Amino acid sequence: MSATETVEVTVPVVPWSGQSVPRKEDKRLVQGQGVFIDDMKRHAMGYLHFVRSPYAHAHITSIDVSAAEAHPGVYGTLTGEEVASLTDPFFQIASVPGANVKDYALAVGKVRHVGEPIVAVVAETREAARDASELVEVEFEPIDAVTDARYAQDDGVPTIHEDCGGNLMWHGVYEWGDLDAAFAEADKVVKIDELHFHRFNSTPLECDGALVEYNRGTGQWTLYTNNQFPGFAAIMMGPAMRSGLDKLRFVTQDIGGGFGNKITSHPQLVVCCLLARKLNRPIQWTEWRTDFHLSMSHGNERWFLATEVAVKNDGTLLGFRTRALDDAGAYLRYEPLGGVIWAQVTPGMYKWRHIRVDFTQVATNKAPVSPNRGYSRMQHLWFTERVIDIVAHELDLDPVEVRKRNYVTVDDMPYETPNGCVYDSGDYARMLDIALELVDYGSVAERRADAEARGKLLGIGIGSTLDSGTNNFGQSRLINPELQFSGNNEVATVKLDIFGEIVVTLGTTPQGQGHETTAAQVVADILRCSVDDVHVRAGHDSYWNSHAGFSGTYASQFAVTGLSAVKGATEMLAAEIKKLASAVFGGVPVEALELADGGVRIKESPDAFLPFMACGAIINANNAGLPDDLDVTLNCRYVYRPPFQVPDVETKFGNLTLTYATQIHVAVIEIDPETGYYDIVDYAAVDDCGKRINPQIVEGQVMGATAQALGAAVHEHFAYDEDGNLLTPNFYDYHVPHALDMPPLRTGYVESPSPFTPLGTKGMGEGGGAGIHAVCAAVQDALRPRGGAIVWDSCNPYHRVWQMIQNPAEAGDKVTVESA
Amino acid sequence: MSVATGKTITVTINGETYERDVEARKLLIHFIRDDLDLTGSHIGCDTGNCGACSVIVDGVLVKSCMMLAVQADGATIETVEGLAEGDQLSKLQQSFSDMHALQCGYCTPGMLMSATALLRANPHPNDAEIRKALQGNICRCTGYWNIFEAVKAASE
Repeated sequence: MSATETVEVTVPVVPWSGQSVPRKEDKRLVQGQGVFIDDMKRHAMGYLHFVRSPYAHAHITSIDVSAAEAHPGVYGTLTGEEVASLTDPFFQIASVPGANVKDYALAVGKVRHVGEPIVAVVAETREAARDASELVEVEFEPIDAVTDARYAQDDGVPTIHEDCGGNLMWHGVYEWGDLDAAFAEADKVVKIDELHFHRFNSTPLECDGALVEYNRGTGQWTLYTNNQFPGFAAIMMGPAMRSGLDKLRFVTQDIGGGFGNKITSHPQLVVCCLLARKLNRPIQWTEWRTDFHLSMSHGNERWFLATEVAVKNDGTLLGFRTRALDDAGAYLRYEPLGGVIWAQVTPGMYKWRHIRVDFTQVATNKAPVSPNRGYSRMQHLWFTERVIDIVAHELDLDPVEVRKRNYVTVDDMPYETPNGCVYDSGDYARMLDIALELVDYGSVAERRADAEARGKLLGIGIGSTLDSGTNNFGQSRLINPELQFSGNNEVATVKLDIFGEIVVTLGTTPQGQGHETTAAQVVADILRCSVDDVHVRAGHDSYWNSHAGFSGTYASQFAVTGLSAVKGATEMLAAEIKKLASAVFGGVPVEALELADGGVRIKESPDAFLPFMACGAIINANNAGLPDDLDVTLNCRYVYRPPFQVPDVETKFGNLTLTYATQIHVAVIEIDPETGYYDIVDYAAVDDCGKRINPQIVEGQVMGATAQALGAAVHEHFAYDEDGNLLTPNFYDYHVPHALDMPPLRTGYVESPSPFTPLGTKGMGEGGGAGIHAVCAAVQDALRPRGGAIVWDSCNPYHRVWQMIQNPAEAGDKVTVESA
Repeated sequence: MSVATGKTITVTINGETYERDVEARKLLIHFIRDDLDLTGSHIGCDTGNCGACSVIVDGVLVKSCMMLAVQADGATIETVEGLAEGDQLSKLQQSFSDMHALQCGYCTPGMLMSATALLRANPHPNDAEIRKALQGNICRCTGYWNIFEAVKAASE
């Protein structure tokens, strides 16, 4: 049958979708039977260890691996010189000048950040590989490090990539509406000199890794890996390795957290591939925690400079202009896509129509930035939320009222933003009311007085975010018009096997999101069977034919792309089962048939029943005598393709993403003014991701994202010294939340189904950035009686709060208000 | 450069006794995972912070990356693989699933061992005692809230 035929599916009395079905994944995981990347072993495999740069910026004058290669147990090495002869530089997403970056799998001639891999050593044991790595002799000629994006383009600053002619990587101007008119209409112009979104990432507990085998007979590599976006890795690796993508087979199973941080491991995977071929043995690489912190996928650090906000006296927001400055780190591994991804949420949740963002991305001698949960939207939404609270602070307005006055309303939905994105559904004001109720907003004045009586400063802050999901990759053309990417896709197959087993394969790479469970719920609802009868294969395998160019698990999309593919394939299968039954029952029309109880039957005479087992057996193993024209395989593949157009490159206008899940968080904190220490004493998170297939899994994502945000708001920071040394290269110095850090949490939800998706679902899981916004707002609120400092950085550890109490003008002076 | 020295050790893990030659410098977690192929216990850091490698050695909860394999000579060790009885999950394991106390499942084995040690020592811990007992185990997926609920439910 064709994929476009429609199938009538009756809704079961009790659908599986919408229920908190226990996760299929759990049984293996609670018994330690998951298969994570470091769990895999192969006969005669070699352990890979990277020799890494101790310098942030230096020429490499010589490399000598002879002592390392002579070390007992060492199988061999790989240097940048070999990499440069065997591969081409990775394809660059950027237009010029970033397009000229020459990025190889190992450093070639120069190192550009501390921790950059220079040489790979492979040995019989992990210990031997590490020992031998210490015998590799590398001579350096150090260069001054560039560590502050604000000064990266100044005269006399060293150039990191000579081929780019400077440290500018990408620049673009986004402007929509009529800025002059907006500022002319304004009663006040609020000017904010500088806001800074800090550098951190989600530090998944499992680091990156791979086990790579090379088949000399076929020239094919099999990469068992925890890379979470194999489609992207393949298009980066294939051309660089001068290899067809059919030669790169990616296999994943259990992945110990990803959060976007496991998208850009392609350089290390190339090293594994080259060594598997060179040494003719399986190569095992597991990244060390310190190596992850030093080199892998930091979140985008962003400055917002010279911001001006046009506002009416009543708090009506008209527009803003700002200069965004992104610190990309040493290489553009996924960048400069961060320079456009933010535009999915250009106005935040507000109705202002006049916006100008002058966006620049520069290179620095820090670890490369790459996607991190909330990628690039989180930075921009933090900015819009900061603007709201700073405006409210400066104009002495109520932050709740300013939000409600400016929120896009439920009646505006679907709402087209100034840049052509379409917010699909949602009721932000209602969500805010729920969140405020959860923290008993009415009692805040009383609790503030109580805190004061105890010598504490109480503050309350709101964070509102949009978790835009299902990218239109056409937005990449706003970065580089030459790129030939657009739209999105995901694939699923669903089949009936010989004994009636329902087997599902996905193109996705789940890292804890429970895809095996939610996919089974969708299938069971359509086939009218139990979720226990649905077998969803764990992980991704490019041998399954269930993948496409954008397959993976990233950017809040599974509930839309993955489950829509599952729905499509299952509906095809349901139609085929009926066609088969129609033939078996001697030509009964398919309209007279229904699926029920693990089989297909005639509605009017339910005793005429063909179980799935019989269907599978007939097609697969007992098919003689079936009608010649019966076009049924019971093995159905469906590619879900969201309805996108290519955005207009000139006006930077178009729909960049399909769905907008929403989060409203409220934090209540108490600061000890003597020390700057604060506790989050009450916290509410309200989420709306449309139709929830499995509420428990959804709430788990909400909680986890919240915890990550609170860690980032208070502690987590990839801090560098002026020489480019990372000061937080492990979990001692980089403090992630522990059990004792967790505040009380109240959660709430609203379900506003998306009108644009087959199941009414929205992608979700990345909206935790709201926690950062809420904590920043709460700190600013608490400090009002102590000099009224403005919170200008997204990370506010206790010492910074203490400084703001000691010297409120230092931060407060960053803001001025002018009457227009 | 250190010269590897070795020793023959005997350990009993989840009721099975193993005798192996090990390098003196080998960490217990690497011995358990690499030499014995008991890969349920995990590694999430280089510094003893994350607790993914938590096991119970002679009745005491330890991070097995903070101990050498040779120090475990003669010891009786429990790992996550020994918690279930056949197909029957332990009350804690079942509770972790029921309460959605795991997402990626990477920290879960260590978390379960810490919680198992807690409930043996204190069958009915209060909320503060649960949090304190789990403070050495990092989870990046759940925010811990459901883990607290799971331990509490298993203690009732």
